[in-house]
Amino acid sequence: MISKFTAFSAFVGLMFFSAPAAAQDHGHEDAHQEEVHHDDAHHEDAHAVEMHAEDAHGAHADHSEGHGHGEFVPASDTEGRKSVVKETVEHHLADSYEFHIVGPVGFPLPVILYDNGLKVFSSAKFHHGESVAEVDGQYYMVHHSKIYKTDAEGTITYDEHHHPTNEKPLDFSITKNVFMIIFMAVFMFFLFRGVAKTYKNSLVPSKAGRFLEPLIVFIRDEIAIPNIGEKHYKRYMSFLLTIFFFIWFLNLAGMTPLGVNVTGNIAVTVSLALMTFFITQFSGKKDYWMHIFWMPGVPVLLRPVLAVIELIGLVVKPFSLTIRLYANMLAGHVVIMSILGLIYIFASYTAAIPFTGLTLFLYVLELLVAALQAYIFTMLASLYFGAAVEEHDHH
Amino acid sequence: MDKLINDFSIGLFFWQSLVFLLLIFLLRRYAWKPILNAVNEREESIEGALKAAEAAREEMKALQSNNEAIMKEAREERERILKEARDMKNTIVAEAKETAVAEAEKTVVAAKAAIEAEKAAAVAELKNQAAVLSIEVAEKVLGQELSAENKQAAMISKMIDEVKIN
Repeated sequence: MISKFTAFSAFVGLMFFSAPAAAQDHGHEDAHQEEVHHDDAHHEDAHAVEMHAEDAHGAHADHSEGHGHGEFVPASDTEGRKSVVKETVEHHLADSYEFHIVGPVGFPLPVILYDNGLKVFSSAKFHHGESVAEVDGQYYMVHHSKIYKTDAEGTITYDEHHHPTNEKPLDFSITKNVFMIIFMAVFMFFLFRGVAKTYKNSLVPSKAGRFLEPLIVFIRDEIAIPNIGEKHYKRYMSFLLTIFFFIWFLNLAGMTPLGVNVTGNIAVTVSLALMTFFITQFSGKKDYWMHIFWMPGVPVLLRPVLAVIELIGLVVKPFSLTIRLYANMLAGHVVIMSILGLIYIFASYTAAIPFTGLTLFLYVLELLVAALQAYIFTMLASLYFGAAVEEHDHH
Repeated sequence: MDKLINDFSIGLFFWQSLVFLLLIFLLRRYAWKPILNAVNEREESIEGALKAAEAAREEMKALQSNNEAIMKEAREERERILKEARDMKNTIVAEAKETAVAEAEKTVVAAKAAIEAEKAAAVAELKNQAAVLSIEVAEKVLGQELSAENKQAAMISKMIDEVKIN
């Protein structure tokens, strides 16, 4: 099982091997704007600083964040550079109202707000978060990747914990993450429908099916059947297959230089974990509930105690699913970008070479983690389903 | 924890759930079912073919062993028939020998009896002939001898002498 898994991870790793190189090229163009002398040493961070320039004016009230964005920070100002790296990483991981690709290239996404009626407008109105958008007499402002209701000047007030006190409208915008989710759903639909169609002519897979079919069979034979059992596994196959490929593909999309961080977003993982949770509870058989509330084969006095523990376990399971995927993907991104940021902080070739190597190594590791987390999520989901439908033979 | 809750976007949660549920239903209808069915069908057909091959092999084996059994039986039958024939031959020969011996004995006995009878007849005939001849001879001798007186007397005396000797 392990060897099969490693094989496909390695394959995926090779497929995306060229991505870091692309990221560096991308940074190279931006470097001119900064007039940095150590061109080679500043590929990634140059790009990062430029990206951060977007919300430079939006967050001007927030002086505690230190240096202005997009300005040149001298290499001697280590603290200043550190805060630039920190902000870059944070910005990279946050959701956004526009899809930024390279330099000035990108496109705005629709903003959908529910604030005394539905308000739909293009995020271009925010001018990359620099200006206040006026819609039907209401003013909105983007601050730290969230939309706040403001006055015409875009004033944002803060409480003592430095949280904005402005009202937040109900936000159903098609953000970058939502866009990626929809894009991935459409991509998956056409990809797998295409695979399904190839079976009409012959039972032997062709094209993408040759690569995807072993994975589908892997999920069926190594995940679903051993954990759920021959009798019930078929009902859960659609969910398991969809969730596996969805997580895996989005994890991989996160490894591209586009800065997509869907699976490293808590809202997404909560949604996935909650679905798993509800499917588990709704497919729970008599034995399952019996084992939670009135554990057989245990002294009667102990049973209520166990019921409490089991109930806690019931809640902890989706919570652990949520945090595991979220934290793993987020941590991967943070580590890679922080190490790249070190090149910017040290600002020397001696640092650039080993840190680039280390980043490459971590990048390959992250490709493995991308597949591994999808596998683990699917595996645990099927384990929970298996426990729900299990029928014990009572003695 | 505070940051986690702050980061949580209801809009993203809503879209994620909606799109994902839609994706599951669409993929189930258009992808997973056809793919899994095709894979199952293929696996079943492969399994069926393998089973058929196995069955054919078993049948071949059975047929072969059957053939062998038939051959063996035939060989045994042949042996049996040959043995029977040999036995029959032996009995026939033995019987023939016995009959022949008995026949021969019978013939010998009959021949012996016939010879005895012939012999007895011949002896009786010879005796009769001898008696007749003796009488004739005696008649002739007596006729001649007893033609003279003295010869008769001599004769009588001789006979008396002979009786005396006895």
